[in-house]
Amino acid sequence: MNRLDDLRRLRPLYDLAVIGAGPAGIAAARVAAEAGASVLLADLGTAPGGQIWRGVTQAPASRLAALGADYARGHAAIAALDALAIDYMPQTAVWSLAPGGSGGLPEDLQELGLRAHGATRLIRARRVVLATGALERPMPLDGWTLPQVMTAGAGQILLKSAGLLPSGKSVLIGSGPLLWLLAAQYLRLGHRPQMILDTTPPGRLSRQPGQALGFLATGYGRKGLGLLAAVRARVPLRSGVTGLRIARDETGLSVHWAEHGRAQHLRTDLALLHQGVIPNLSLARAAGCAIAWDAAQAAFRPVTGAAGQSSHPGLRIAGDGAGIAGAEAALASGEIAAAAALAEIGLLPEAPRPGAERRLARALRGRGFLDRVYTPPPEARRAQGAALACRCEEIRADTLDALLHEIPVSGPNQLKSHTRCGMGPCQGRMCGPGISETLAAQQGRPVEEIGYFRLRSPVTPVTLAELARLAEPEAAE
Amino acid sequence: MFKRSDDPASAPVRFTFDGRQMTARAGDSVAAALLAGGVTRFRDTPVGGAPRMAYCMMGVCFDCLVRIDGIPNRQACLEPVTEGMAVERQPAPAATGGELR
Repeated sequence: MNRLDDLRRLRPLYDLAVIGAGPAGIAAARVAAEAGASVLLADLGTAPGGQIWRGVTQAPASRLAALGADYARGHAAIAALDALAIDYMPQTAVWSLAPGGSGGLPEDLQELGLRAHGATRLIRARRVVLATGALERPMPLDGWTLPQVMTAGAGQILLKSAGLLPSGKSVLIGSGPLLWLLAAQYLRLGHRPQMILDTTPPGRLSRQPGQALGFLATGYGRKGLGLLAAVRARVPLRSGVTGLRIARDETGLSVHWAEHGRAQHLRTDLALLHQGVIPNLSLARAAGCAIAWDAAQAAFRPVTGAAGQSSHPGLRIAGDGAGIAGAEAALASGEIAAAAALAEIGLLPEAPRPGAERRLARALRGRGFLDRVYTPPPEARRAQGAALACRCEEIRADTLDALLHEIPVSGPNQLKSHTRCGMGPCQGRMCGPGISETLAAQQGRPVEEIGYFRLRSPVTPVTLAELARLAEPEAAE
Repeated sequence: MFKRSDDPASAPVRFTFDGRQMTARAGDSVAAALLAGGVTRFRDTPVGGAPRMAYCMMGVCFDCLVRIDGIPNRQACLEPVTEGMAVERQPAPAATGGELR
């Protein structure tokens, strides 16, 4: 792997550009390099691995042991890239992606806008694999913007990348496998969370006993069951939690909730929120890829074919960015997407990848069960009352409700121009999903009809100074 | 709010936050280093002046924006901390001449 830290050292044209260096991107880049293709692997992180394997190459043995085998195996997946001819560009944001044929581009060439170390560069690729992964589904409750409130994913990233544990009291709030995994990892390293406040709607498990048995027979199922048992033995659990609100004063946080209709509260130092993950679609949307609503996962996802084909012939999407399926599935789908892309441009024979197909099918077993148990209900997916709907512009949900009662708003884009919702630095990443749900609820229409903010490049803020330093390739090229 | 779960593997990295000497570990992001040092107020918001702290740690939420070596609006969760780095809390724009936008 050829680690580059200067945009000027990139080639002007690659056979394959892979965006994102999590499991899907790692697999895609590996397949391309093994086929002898020129490949760029561009990623926001400082090392390959994505969020799932964040920090794995630097982690001491004790941390690897505590985080578990699924984390530790990232080490080998990343090390397998070492000997390959991959141009790897870390700490790089892809702020634009123009598909072939758009804006005067040739039909068979895609153009990427990159930003790194205060400069920018445009490069082209014959094919692109988007492996942009997932982000945590926003959990917009009253108090979610306060200091000492983070996502559970953030807590886990701090653990993986810096070995950080909560030093005082912590409470884990929400729903989904990550909450239990993080609790188990904290316990193994000596931190005992004060409580888990589980917002999973009651009765989800018992409603599908057959599904549950099928799921428990899978690897994920066995792992999950073990985690649940280990955590429940040591951490108090409150189930069916609703009406969550967090307040903060000089001495810490107060978490308030309702449980079977009774008001409860506790004092804590750190609140970690989680209600699952959703595809990270910013770049796919800005590139104009067709997006559809996935009712089972209650999230938008790109429309993709079996080998990750998007609605643009030059762009394929693999991993969680194409729909949440986890790291194992991402490794397989990254391989499949890259192989198909290379076959299109004659760099690999057109051939099925039975090994990857099998691993993908195995990884997808049990996914439907997880979706049915853990997908949060609509009211938990949008901000309500005093909760900030838009963190950046600090717009409360009840302010939006009042506006929506006063004037007709056709959709997210009009709401944005009325309120600035979605116009702050995060560019709608934190408020967008909730805004679509709010409009759907208010208008009594399905979310897929409401749609989403129209995204355009740059999908991440780029300064004028960075654009002014639009790099030309090195003369030596 | 946070503590280390293991011993350092190398010499500490020294940096400053609002002029105060802090230490971090090689490989820390600025955000991890600040949280390990007990910082809970990374910036004040331009709209309401409310304090914010790193929230997502993966470059999505932009709540960890700080000034690094004089340059505002740097995402602390994406920036590795380096020896001698000067990190500053990012005040609300009224106090900075509106440079946040």
